[in-house]
Amino acid sequence: MAFTFAAFCYMLALLLTAALIFFAIWHLVLPEYLIHFFFCVMFLCATEWLTLTLNLPLLAYHVWRYTSRPVMSGPGLYDPTTIMNADILAYCQKEGWCKLAFYLLSFFYYLYGYVFSSSRLFTPDYFLI
Amino acid sequence: MSAPGYTNLNSSAGYNPNSTPNGGAAPPRQNGPLQNYPSMYPPTGYYSAPPQHQSYPTIPGQNISAPSKAITNSAHSIDYYWNNHQQQQQQHLPQHHVAPSYSTGPPSQPYASIPSSAPPSSNAQYIQQPFQQQQPPFAPPGSYYGQQSYQAPPAQLHQQQHSSLALAPAPIHPNVSYLSAPGSSQHGTLSSSQSPSTPGAMTTQVGAPLHQYSSTPPPSSTALQPRYNTSAHAQITATVNGKGSTAGVQNNIHPYYDQSPPAPGSYESYSGGAQSSGDVDQPPSGTPTASVHSSPGHHQGMQYGYVANSGASSASAATSGPAEPPLSSSSDDDEEEDEDEEAGGDTSSSSTGSASPLPNNYDSLEGGSYPDSMPPSNDMTNQAPPYGNYGYHNTQSTYQPGLDTHADSPPSQNLYGQPGYQQYAQPFPNFSQLSAALGGLSGVPELEVEALRPVNLLQERNLLPPRPLEAPEPNLSPDLKKVNCSPQTFRCTLSSIPQTQALLNKARLPLGLLLHPFRDLQQLPVITSNTIVRCRSCRTYINPFVTFLDQRRWKCNLCYRVNDVPDEFMYNPVTRSYGEPHKRPEVQNSTVEFIASSDYMLRPPQPAVYLFVLDVSHNAVEAGYLKYFCDALLENLDKMPGDARTRVGFLTFDSTIHFYNLREGLSQPQMLVVSDIDDIFIPSHDSLMVNLKESKELVKELLTSLPAMFSQTRETHSALGPALQAAFKLMSPTGGRVTVFQTQLPTLGAGKLQSREDPNQRSGTKGVQHLGPATDFYKKLALDCSGQQIGVDFFLLSSQYSDLASLACISKYSAGSVFYYPSFHYIHNPAQLEKFQKDLDRYLTRKIGFEAVMRIRCTKGLSIHTFHGNFFVRSTDLLSLANVNPDSGFAVQMSIDNSLADSSLACFQAALLYTSSKGKRRIRVHTLCLPVVSQLTDVYIGADVQAVTCLLANMAIDRSISSSLSDARDALVNAVVDFVSAYKSSVSNLQQSGLVVPAVMRLFPLYILALLKQKALRTGTSTRLDERVFAMCEFKTQPLQQLMRMVHPDLYRLDNMSDQGALHLNDSIVPQPHLLHLSAERLSRDGAFLMDCGNVFFLWIGKSCNEMFIRDVLGCPSYASIPPNMSHIPELQTPLSERLRAFLDWLQDNRAFSASIHVVKDDASAKATFFQHLVEDRCDSASSYSEFLQHIQQQMSK
Repeated sequence: MAFTFAAFCYMLALLLTAALIFFAIWHLVLPEYLIHFFFCVMFLCATEWLTLTLNLPLLAYHVWRYTSRPVMSGPGLYDPTTIMNADILAYCQKEGWCKLAFYLLSFFYYLYGYVFSSSRLFTPDYFLI
Repeated sequence: MSAPGYTNLNSSAGYNPNSTPNGGAAPPRQNGPLQNYPSMYPPTGYYSAPPQHQSYPTIPGQNISAPSKAITNSAHSIDYYWNNHQQQQQQHLPQHHVAPSYSTGPPSQPYASIPSSAPPSSNAQYIQQPFQQQQPPFAPPGSYYGQQSYQAPPAQLHQQQHSSLALAPAPIHPNVSYLSAPGSSQHGTLSSSQSPSTPGAMTTQVGAPLHQYSSTPPPSSTALQPRYNTSAHAQITATVNGKGSTAGVQNNIHPYYDQSPPAPGSYESYSGGAQSSGDVDQPPSGTPTASVHSSPGHHQGMQYGYVANSGASSASAATSGPAEPPLSSSSDDDEEEDEDEEAGGDTSSSSTGSASPLPNNYDSLEGGSYPDSMPPSNDMTNQAPPYGNYGYHNTQSTYQPGLDTHADSPPSQNLYGQPGYQQYAQPFPNFSQLSAALGGLSGVPELEVEALRPVNLLQERNLLPPRPLEAPEPNLSPDLKKVNCSPQTFRCTLSSIPQTQALLNKARLPLGLLLHPFRDLQQLPVITSNTIVRCRSCRTYINPFVTFLDQRRWKCNLCYRVNDVPDEFMYNPVTRSYGEPHKRPEVQNSTVEFIASSDYMLRPPQPAVYLFVLDVSHNAVEAGYLKYFCDALLENLDKMPGDARTRVGFLTFDSTIHFYNLREGLSQPQMLVVSDIDDIFIPSHDSLMVNLKESKELVKELLTSLPAMFSQTRETHSALGPALQAAFKLMSPTGGRVTVFQTQLPTLGAGKLQSREDPNQRSGTKGVQHLGPATDFYKKLALDCSGQQIGVDFFLLSSQYSDLASLACISKYSAGSVFYYPSFHYIHNPAQLEKFQKDLDRYLTRKIGFEAVMRIRCTKGLSIHTFHGNFFVRSTDLLSLANVNPDSGFAVQMSIDNSLADSSLACFQAALLYTSSKGKRRIRVHTLCLPVVSQLTDVYIGADVQAVTCLLANMAIDRSISSSLSDARDALVNAVVDFVSAYKSSVSNLQQSGLVVPAVMRLFPLYILALLKQKALRTGTSTRLDERVFAMCEFKTQPLQQLMRMVHPDLYRLDNMSDQGALHLNDSIVPQPHLLHLSAERLSRDGAFLMDCGNVFFLWIGKSCNEMFIRDVLGCPSYASIPPNMSHIPELQTPLSERLRAFLDWLQDNRAFSASIHVVKDDASAKATFFQHLVEDRCDSASSYSEFLQHIQQQMSK
């Protein structure tokens, strides 16, 4: 089969990471967390253990971050009454930049993973000829 | 363009349909062309010259068409004569005042010449001359027009200026009163204060000229008040009438009135200076009369003008039509910036910006629009009265010597006096010299040595100064010191700013500001000016610490941009001369208040609106607060700040919400019950919030019947959340103040809470849970309230746990205040009842500002890190304050982003824009200037131990909520450890062992220990959660001095007071006993001691106390006969009692909420409450001071 589930996952992750890069810049927290969680699950299903391991720390951080959010009834992460404090603001911005870097790197990783996983399946064919 | 934007505003005005009849059809205020009209008209109508000139310039700006010009000319000519007349009179003033300097100054000469010569011709000549080069203040009609034609925008400026200036006279009185603050409402006080003023005090040089001037018009002193009232009246009528173009004009008039009052105030400061320096050449009687007369004269003029305006307005409007487009186009970036910053409008700001006439102020001024200059001269006549007032204020202030207010006044006096004199002769060099000398290296050596003297805390035991600590003086040149902001208002933890963040880190002290921006001032220059001069890039208000490069340019002290001095600013109302911008009140006072123009409004200023939300459940009835609240409100109904538009409403709740229909005309109040608390609706929209004046009888009836109405209630539930939602809906059209009284945990509907406190954990040392809110309902509601300019003040009177941590959020984020009366009961707890009553009296009558925003700016390189207090932070330097009250303080943490090496001074400016209870938009600006230092020792010299303690306390509160209490306590201890080790390592020549700190910081460990023993932060001692949370709220909102008294009370011995060093105030002698350390070893059985804890006094009587003291002071024959719960000092006519009461009154005098006094006997059970304040002693599990020091030392050696 030329196009495996793993390759599909990588392709999906590739596209979604592009979105995540923007979400990290614009601090769209919930979509970012959900998307990241989503393709982590996909990688789990595809049994891409290395990729999953690489993403687990960020996943854990997201879980921790959301569980330790300020008391609020609705969804959301940022508290309007404290977000303007310079230290919190600086923290959030730094967090955003770090994630941006991570997503950028993982973007290329997924690109490579996509090509690799699909080419790995193609290879036998070539050799068979 | 301007018009549409304006309409938007109006639509917002629709927010309160009730408030003004005009609301619908005619916009209450018109920023654009309409405003111009009013300004124009007043002049014409105004036979009293000053305003007229101004008005006429405005006309040209808008109307380029010929007809309008003609009108203006006529007006001008008429005014003209008046002006001349006035000027002649004015001459007196300069002569008396600054005569010698005056002659030397180039600008002054033109003016002097004018009066002597024939008015019209001389003016014209004068004008032409300056016009070409200097841009003289007065523009001859002809030249003026020419200018106008080429510059539309300037004209607008002029108009505004004119309006403000001309109007100034009438408003004068209100302003003055406002300043005099004590007792009466702002405006009312002024008039009253004047009348009582003694002639002797009044005498000022300025006053004399005025007096003469006044003689021509008949007005009497008494006229002032009535006149003021009438002006208010006029406003109302104008709004009512308003429809169509004429309506617009009339409306404009309204602002016009508003502005005018402030103007006098602004001059007050001047007058004060003149008075002090001038030393009363004139007979005292002269000034008072002068002030009075001037106002009446103006008054008449204003009325007259008003009529004329209405007529003329239509004509002008027609003519102006064509000109309008240019105006709107001209309005540009500047205005919008203004809006963003202070008006704080989000979307609306843009609209106002477009509408605002001012846009190109700076440009236009630079362009050389001269017409403005003329008006100022006229203004002088108006201003004269203020001088008189000012003098009056000084004399009147109750406490002369000791009080802080004085600190403010001396600088101004000096400025006006000799120093000003010199500057006059050579205006600009002085400033540059000043700035050069500012460097901060000119400090007094001895002081430095003393401040840095190493103190070994383990050896020295007597650390306290004899008198309460004063804020350290920043090491500035004397000239800057004189004008610097009062430490009571604005204080920095480091009065010498370190140059870099690295240096700050090395010092291990926090950098921050402690602000008390809206505190009651006894003296405040109020400035009415059409152009509020601000830096073009950073929008800093001009202040005493800017540098004037030359006559026409000033350099911003925060961003260092070079700005142009607007033409209007060139005129100095004090000396009535032109070309002395550095003598304007803005540049002579670091605390000033501007009357803001409509550019600073997002909507018409709201009226004072008060809603009272009262808990009437069974629990509340049991506690019995309702009767005392109603009594207090009845008593203070007329004293509540407000004007004719003031509105009130009432809402009670138990398990249902009760509204009260108080519409005028009803025979008695109607109660409307809404039992659907899940979906609250407002049963009637126009009759629940009623005009206080119109429905006063109904309100009184309600208040008298309310306590009995619920006396039989069996309802135990409390639906606080729905009640607050109802209050929000009721208030959201207008904004205003909601006062909530709650006596138990809310148990129904949205926002219901569960008890989270475990009584067994109260004294636990493991850490305290539940310091944060359990739900965000109250926070979200508070943010909604803040958005609608509603402030919520929360009174909690409960004996049970009520989860204040959650409930307080409603006030915390809507800029309200929290009051807590634990175990309140009207019979069983008389002490709390008395406190409640006293607090209510203050609360109901204290000043209030509505729809406020505060912005703090600081010198480039510094940045604001975190805010502490009750507010909503809207951007990194902008606080949104739905209400601002005079009793709350703020703290700000700062950091140093970039090195400050390129400047020798760092400045901080706090600007508070608010709507007064009289419906005027005002901006209060405080500017603090501090030296920048590069040496660590200099940083230590400038450390302000009290400010550091308060800032650390605020940070600790944050930490304990976000992390844990033990974390916060550790952080506090570490702060001491870090500081001591940093000092030890940095000052290498110290070989002493032990704990060595610089003398300025010798109280630091003591204060930190005291902090750790406060209810908010203590562990090990049983503390109810609500009390702890309330103490935390107090830490966040109390101003510094109050907070320091709570943290480290002042202890005095009273039975052996001597008159040594006593203050002589008025007719009483106030003894000044020495401070004692807070340790039981300082007490003795044969003495009587007073402990001043800020909101409570304890008078501790020793067992074997002098019988005479007990008899003379307490009126009891012996120690045994002192009643156990004595809470007052009888007014006995013995010398001892009188002195003691004088001392108590003196202590009482500078705090907002009067403290109650408790007489504590040595053996009484109340002893525990007294001894818990002796922070140096070991109590329960908390260590004593010496143990604490040893702990520090151990930590250091680790």
